[in-house]
Amino acid sequence: MKVYKYGANVDTDVIIPARHLNDPSPAALASHCMEDIDAEFASTVQPGDIIVAGPNFGCGSSREHAPLAIKSCGVKCVIAPSFARIFYRNAINIGFPIVECPQAAEEIQPGDEVDVDFSTGIITDSTQGKTWQAAPFPPFIEGIIKSGGLLNSLKERGVAK
Amino acid sequence: MGMTMTQKILAKHAGLDKVEVGQLIEAKLDLVLGNDITTPVAITEFEKAGFTQVFDKDKIAIVLDHYTPCKDIKSAQLCKQAREFAHKHNITNFFDVGQMGVEHALLPEKGLCAPGEIIVGADSHTCTYGALGAFSTGIGSTDMAAGMATGLLWFKVPAAIKVTLKGKLQPHVSGKDVILHLIGEIGVDGALYQSLEFAGEGVSSLTMDDRFTISNMAIEAGGKNGIFPVDEKTMEYINGRVNRPCEAFQADPDAEYVREVVIDLDKLEPTVAMPHLPENTKVVSEVAGLPINQVVIGSCTNGRIQDLRIAAAIMKGKKVADNVRCVVIPATQEIVLQAMKEGLIQDFIEAGAAVSTPTCGPCLGGHMGVMAEGERTVSTTNRNFVGRMGHVTSEVILASPAVAAASAIAGCVADPRTLS
Repeated sequence: MKVYKYGANVDTDVIIPARHLNDPSPAALASHCMEDIDAEFASTVQPGDIIVAGPNFGCGSSREHAPLAIKSCGVKCVIAPSFARIFYRNAINIGFPIVECPQAAEEIQPGDEVDVDFSTGIITDSTQGKTWQAAPFPPFIEGIIKSGGLLNSLKERGVAK
Repeated sequence: MGMTMTQKILAKHAGLDKVEVGQLIEAKLDLVLGNDITTPVAITEFEKAGFTQVFDKDKIAIVLDHYTPCKDIKSAQLCKQAREFAHKHNITNFFDVGQMGVEHALLPEKGLCAPGEIIVGADSHTCTYGALGAFSTGIGSTDMAAGMATGLLWFKVPAAIKVTLKGKLQPHVSGKDVILHLIGEIGVDGALYQSLEFAGEGVSSLTMDDRFTISNMAIEAGGKNGIFPVDEKTMEYINGRVNRPCEAFQADPDAEYVREVVIDLDKLEPTVAMPHLPENTKVVSEVAGLPINQVVIGSCTNGRIQDLRIAAAIMKGKKVADNVRCVVIPATQEIVLQAMKEGLIQDFIEAGAAVSTPTCGPCLGGHMGVMAEGERTVSTTNRNFVGRMGHVTSEVILASPAVAAASAIAGCVADPRTLS
């Protein structure tokens, strides 16, 4: 699937500007996703496409609207060397895959055909004929992802009414 | 190996004697916070998951502060959703227009944050309460929903950076200059996944308002939290506000830090962060004279009484420059009243500034000072990302209240030390 590539410190204000936070519906968020960094993104992104970016992806505001906006566009995952910690939590909590892999994030080029196998953590760039191994999640976090997000995992554990 | 302040608080709340860096723990929460943007998303997730009860109606705070008093119909709908949820679950600490203030100024003022507590908030600047020796950090809406339902949340125990403060701040230099300088030193991801632990003899000279400002922007260095040791000033602040037992945690002498940053307060100069990252710092004299269109004084970073006193002292008896719009936003109702008593509101209005009821408004480009194409604001807020306060080509320069006030009078970026 096609790759959109961005630089370091992509902040949540450019992922989904605050002027659009007054409507948190997935469709509305998707229609403004990445608007202030890439005006073409929302109109050209296809389900299964991948975002590749520099370090500290998702820095800034705690707005869960940011991973929600990206997920609602049908983006398969974000690959970056590192993620801002609240974005990292939010993505896992809503069951949206993020992949930490500095080498892949550096070498993958915009427009490359890339796929990620989440069960093995292997990233394949068929344009360049390269593969990379992403760092695995700790078992606790993998459990949240497998449950489909934090709230489902809490329900499975029966810890809330 | 010993533990840091943060690690001790996390261990205590996880029921453990000891925790180690990188360990995943589940900790009990003392307070779960949300605002009018993040709470509605949390409520939707809470209800979608089929939860019917909150874990403790006294340990949830909902503050309608971002787009309030409501700027449009969509924001009003979000507030309505939060208001109905708060009433349905009988949430004790629900703050609506008239009582609300900017959340991170409001909660300490109301005694809802105390040393040794764990406070999580669906707002990234929840790290503010580290000023009181609490562990506090920003989370998202799903975390908020989980916190409201269970009173528990998972955390990865962070490694720490020790920030040693030496000396004493000089006139016209305040907490904002300390934190901007630190972010400039370590970068916007310099403390990623880590805690900032403030220490050193310089801490005692900082006022509580300085400390709130410093902890508030720990997130702008990527930090999980920014925590201060508890001293007489902390106890004086919470005295009369906090009526429950609380515990001051001290770092062990052999606590481990991944690095130490030393800041000499004596030598610190008024500092600004240029567009479009908080790490783009410069000493204000390097950029003095740069034309501006607007000045904003307020926010969870710098809307407290000390900030208003500093700004009013500079603006009193002078006039805001013709080319500049100056908006002053006291952060809470208590601060508004205090500023009125001290005559500060009159000083601002006579100088030609607009004074607003508490709101986060312009900080996130919401309302009350949104910028047009190509405009530039000197702001005491916390972020200067692309499009943060308005049009995608507008610019934000982050500064202290002293620099902001001096700039409003001068009509350009100005050094408060050179203003006659």
